[in-house]
Amino acid sequence: MPADLFAQVLNGLAYGFLLFLLSVGLTLIFGMLDVVNLAHGSYYMLGAYAGLTVIAVAGNFWLALLVAPLAVAVVGAAVERSCLRPLYRRGPLDQVLLTFGLIYVFEDLVKGIWGGRIRSIPTPDLFASSVNLWGAVIPSYRLFVIAFGLAMAVALWLLIERTRLGAIIRAGVFDAEMSAGMGINVSRVFTLVFAFGAGLAGLSGVIAGPIQSAYPPMGASILIPALIVVVVGGLGSLKGSLAGSLVIGQAETFGKVWLPGASMVIIYVVMALILLFRPQGLFGRALK
Amino acid sequence: MRVRVALFVLAVAAVAAFPLGAGPYPVKLLQEILIFGIFALSLDLLMGYAGMVSFGHSAFFGIGAYTAALTLVKWPGLTTALLVPAAAAAVGALVIGFFSIRVSGVYFIMLTLAFSQMFHAVAFQNSFLGAEDGLVGVPRPDVLGLSIGTLGRFHAYLLVIVGLLALFVWRVTRSPFGHVLRGIHENEARMQAVGYPVGRYKLAAFVLAGTVAGVAGALYTQFQGSVSPDAFLWTTSGQALLMVIIGGTGTLGGAFLGAAAFILLQSLVSSYTERWMLILGLTFVLLVLFAPGGIVGTLRGRVGLRA
Amino acid sequence: MTPPPLLALERLTRTFGALNAVNGVSLSVPARERRVIIGPNGAGKTTLFNLITGHLAPSAGRIVLEGAPVTGLPPHAIARRGLSRSFQRNSLFPRLPVLENLRLAAAADGVGSWRLLGRVERLAAPLARARETAEAVGLAERLDVLAGALSYGEQRQLEVGLALATRPRLLLLDEPTAGMSPEETARMTRMLEGLPRDITLLIIEHDMDVVASLADQVTVLHYGEVLTEGSFAHVKADPRVYEVYLGSA
Repeated sequence: MPADLFAQVLNGLAYGFLLFLLSVGLTLIFGMLDVVNLAHGSYYMLGAYAGLTVIAVAGNFWLALLVAPLAVAVVGAAVERSCLRPLYRRGPLDQVLLTFGLIYVFEDLVKGIWGGRIRSIPTPDLFASSVNLWGAVIPSYRLFVIAFGLAMAVALWLLIERTRLGAIIRAGVFDAEMSAGMGINVSRVFTLVFAFGAGLAGLSGVIAGPIQSAYPPMGASILIPALIVVVVGGLGSLKGSLAGSLVIGQAETFGKVWLPGASMVIIYVVMALILLFRPQGLFGRALK
Repeated sequence: MRVRVALFVLAVAAVAAFPLGAGPYPVKLLQEILIFGIFALSLDLLMGYAGMVSFGHSAFFGIGAYTAALTLVKWPGLTTALLVPAAAAAVGALVIGFFSIRVSGVYFIMLTLAFSQMFHAVAFQNSFLGAEDGLVGVPRPDVLGLSIGTLGRFHAYLLVIVGLLALFVWRVTRSPFGHVLRGIHENEARMQAVGYPVGRYKLAAFVLAGTVAGVAGALYTQFQGSVSPDAFLWTTSGQALLMVIIGGTGTLGGAFLGAAAFILLQSLVSSYTERWMLILGLTFVLLVLFAPGGIVGTLRGRVGLRA
Repeated sequence: MTPPPLLALERLTRTFGALNAVNGVSLSVPARERRVIIGPNGAGKTTLFNLITGHLAPSAGRIVLEGAPVTGLPPHAIARRGLSRSFQRNSLFPRLPVLENLRLAAAADGVGSWRLLGRVERLAAPLARARETAEAVGLAERLDVLAGALSYGEQRQLEVGLALATRPRLLLLDEPTAGMSPEETARMTRMLEGLPRDITLLIIEHDMDVVASLADQVTVLHYGEVLTEGSFAHVKADPRVYEVYLGSA
């Protein structure tokens, strides 16, 4: 494979894994709560800014990687309990509107606290240099992103498929009423899943920081690719999230290289094609 | 019924007379309310009557806006100002609708959202469409030989078009077609079972709503003299949704009330503080949590459809 | 030469994973007949209905309506061919008044429903048919009441009314007397008995008194298969039928 092509594939993989972390929470929340959480991108943004702050205070990227997602998870839990819980019975529209309002709130809060300029996040020293891989020159940080993303994918799979907690989550995704009937404290699980999803989004934001920097509209702008990943992969499916994000990651990266005038359109075309033949997404449950 | 007709006539008269007493900035606000009001109205037809919640309505607003900008620069006239953008939006709605009608609920919301952002991407990256900055210098057409460049004349033009569209949408909701849409909203499965080709009706509603939204977009271009990719932005769709909700779904007058509330709030708050986005966002969060019927619904003491 | 049956099912099968909900059912209902399908719970009766109306696709077999195959057609297309169905659990338009409920059903076949302008009142035929149907099902006094505000018995009547309003040639009724008191059941039975004979009936029922009053022929379904068929007296005397019902108690 020519070096340039290989470099692009790696870039696409790195971006894909960022999307993966972001979309896992979204797809679980969707699958369980039937909530279009438009504010999910806001957790991504909060993660980046929280990471920024931890690095500014403590000077350590790895600490930020640990602390920021936890902080975002707490925020996510708080939002779920205060704003979303009253809306579960009300259907998608109210949830869409409320989370849309939250986007405004979060974006403006961030702008107020950290200012509206783009803030760059320094790459950790360990991965500050570039690496030559079979002729392709690629920042070693991107390789880290890929490795980390892969590790997270495995860890998540183990969590969801092999633990009791994962079984509860899967049951909740499949049928929340039944789970409640079986004595599981569904509302606590919902809060947990929400916090978990928000935390993952925050994690994605911290990791994306050195690549994308931090700016207030970043949450809103990453939301659409994340939604497309979830739609393409299928609601509620971890496998779908992975497959969808890798596909979309490659599509968008190569689109930028080959068709710069229409790069963003490519992912929509991909989405439309997949939905034409499989409206439930690649791994989603069949609709109706 | 007579009360409603009286209210409508009163509203039209008030709007028509407004420029006589008010300065140019309030008049511009009112015109913006009229345009977004009809945009929200078209969404209410889809949401409040057919029960299809779309988050991609800005697609048709944007198609109308850009089509008007492109054609008015070359061939200004009433046809290019209104009919051509309407036709373009109709075609767009047909294509997007064809894909989106196959799903419903959350999937429908997301699909319509994604499609509208596709248009945003195209407009943003295409130099022919002005890329990030959009198109400027769009002239207003001559109507029946008269120029509508002045504030007063444009106001009259806007009022007539918006009024006619509003009347049209209102008649549609009372028509046999409108009743079918309501039936689909109430119980889609039963409508299928008694023999209605539900998919076709939903697509027709989608195209109708999209067409009216396209005219709204065209009017916006004529109002501003320019167009930018923001017309396609999903926040534009979201704002229309909020306007419908504030005013109350399924109540056509509510769309205009909601548009007024949103635009006035935004104008008022942003003149006092830079943090207007925060306040707007909080307002909507609180609104959804505590006043689900919207203004009109709360006024009437009940929510949703009217027999 | 005998005319073709109104409805013919040929080895109709529907499986869900390992479960044979409907297994090779062959059935033939001549026009003007009143056929009742009985069988214990889980016998596949409602699944059979869902197959006939097109809500479910069969795994195998054919459905022939008035000599024309309709297997695989979407529900609205089958409804347009003169088949109509009422549901075991009410499927009404709760926030609309009774008259509008019936009018919607009655207007389903007409082109008039596509009119964007014009008034619903001008579509005279569906309105008239809606009123007739309301009369037939005993809701003539309740036309302005919202469907959601009716009593349960009245809602069941409306449920049947919606199916009737489309002027079907074949009417499928899924447990029309489900959940009804004895008086309501008697009223429903009289109403069904009074229907014109040119509407062929296919009814799922549990209440044997109703079956006795209405049925020309009875088909017994068990574990998705036809156990036996015949007049009610014949079926009642069949020891296998007795066992099936006793065994599943």
